[in-house]
Amino acid sequence: MLKDITLGQYFPGESVMHRLDPRTKLVALIVYVVMLFVAKGTASYLLCAVCAAVLIAMSRVAPRLILKSLKPVIVIVIFTAVLNMLYTPGRELVSFWIFKITAEGVYNGVFMAVRIIMLVAVTSLLTYTTSPIALTDAIEHLLSPLKKLKVPVHEFAMMMTIALRFIPTLIEETDKIMSAQKARGADFESGNLLRRAKALIPVLVPLFVSAFRRADELAVAMECRLYHGGEGRTRLNVLRFSRLDAAAAVLVICFVAGVVLLNRVSL
Amino acid sequence: MPEIIKTESLCFSYDEEEGAQLVLSDIGLSVEAGDFVAVLGHNGSGKSTLAKHFNVILLPTSGAVYVDGMNTADAERLFAIRGTAGMVFQNPDNQIVATVVEEDVAFACENMGVPQAEIRARVDAALEAVGMTEYARHAPHLLSGGQKQRVAIAGVLAMEPKILVMDEPTAMLDPSGRAEVMNAVKKLNREKGLTVVLITHHMDEAAQARRVVVMERGKVVMDGTPEDVFSQVERVRELSLAVPQTVELEYALNAHGANLSLRDLSVEDCAREIMKYLGAD
Repeated sequence: MLKDITLGQYFPGESVMHRLDPRTKLVALIVYVVMLFVAKGTASYLLCAVCAAVLIAMSRVAPRLILKSLKPVIVIVIFTAVLNMLYTPGRELVSFWIFKITAEGVYNGVFMAVRIIMLVAVTSLLTYTTSPIALTDAIEHLLSPLKKLKVPVHEFAMMMTIALRFIPTLIEETDKIMSAQKARGADFESGNLLRRAKALIPVLVPLFVSAFRRADELAVAMECRLYHGGEGRTRLNVLRFSRLDAAAAVLVICFVAGVVLLNRVSL
Repeated sequence: MPEIIKTESLCFSYDEEEGAQLVLSDIGLSVEAGDFVAVLGHNGSGKSTLAKHFNVILLPTSGAVYVDGMNTADAERLFAIRGTAGMVFQNPDNQIVATVVEEDVAFACENMGVPQAEIRARVDAALEAVGMTEYARHAPHLLSGGQKQRVAIAGVLAMEPKILVMDEPTAMLDPSGRAEVMNAVKKLNREKGLTVVLITHHMDEAAQARRVVVMERGKVVMDGTPEDVFSQVERVRELSLAVPQTVELEYALNAHGANLSLRDLSVEDCAREIMKYLGAD
């Protein structure tokens, strides 16, 4: 049951989106998100939506998966849209009891919903097309200027890598411990929330003990393989910008210019 | 052959106090370069503790350990010693760091600051040496125990060590995984001249070594070729260890009046010895 959890939800592939340098993708995503909030007016939003659609098409990730990624936020989308409809002052369309829906409210609500949907869709596109390890590498690279301020960037990246490496191992272990406790009559399925949470204690305690033991052994094994922090370290796979990344950068700049221009037009 | 590991009256205790129980007492052992030494002993005999001294995980309470001429107490040579004597541990899961096999094999090289092109070459060579080339891009958690342990060995090999110290590397594996790992190790010893120190409690693995050292209560009590050690059946049993099945069989037959050598460790040799005896009868 626990085996179904996949973190990062990476789908290996060979599309243009997969081949882009993870740093490019990460920066482009940040720019895109910022532009989503800068965009004003139908034309700008249309540009953002077209871009999102083109990116999804290029990634060859099944649209079904993108829709699946939207499922958890659907409540938030509806909630935000409704709040915007009700609480934006302006020309009244319908009113009942203490609520009144304004034209501006409908407009705002729809745009807010579209904004969140695109935000989530494009962000999940990043994790769908980038392996967690590449993403960690990209974050380490992008944050490396902070090393000068004594921020332990390499150590954070290492921790993330090890965490990712041990997720499947610990999930497997949790399964094993749960089976062992079930065999001795533990009941994880019945009772109210509090009781079920309590039933998890005999699973969590051994899991933590074993995780600490693993950490200890791993630390020794890492030292035996000469690990001594990030200093003087080389890498097997070095991130390299290619022509593809240059092209992507140009497109991102065009996109920013486009949104800024369209903002003016529609005002 | 030059000595690559040498211990001089090595004593070790986990307690710093005077008169505390010694885990290792007065061990003087030397291992020749290119040898394949199995260290046998039941739980608590100090065999793992001894192995940890070859890799500076532990330092002697008294006495000294030399690895390739370097004293392990010399803090400045720490990385040089660890790069010379690579260590493989019992649990393969707890020594794999990265989420991709080849990245994990590269880990030690990355730490040493080896240039990128050379890392590539070393990783490919190490994976080839343990027969895991086709799994280079796989995720480690999807491999079998034997495969994971071979990846761990490759990760150590990429440092290009002269000695491979293995602390019960097959204890958590099934029989086929054990055979995989043992075959890989024997091949490395034979073809690359790698010195191997194998800590084990499997007699059949010890029988495949060139030299067997038996430990009991922190002391070396037997030392010799596997044939010499295992032919002393009573002595081995006194140490609450078993002898390989072939020797066991010959010993049982001898008890019924046969006269077999007790020195046949492979099934073929054992069969030949028995046939010879039967033919001569």
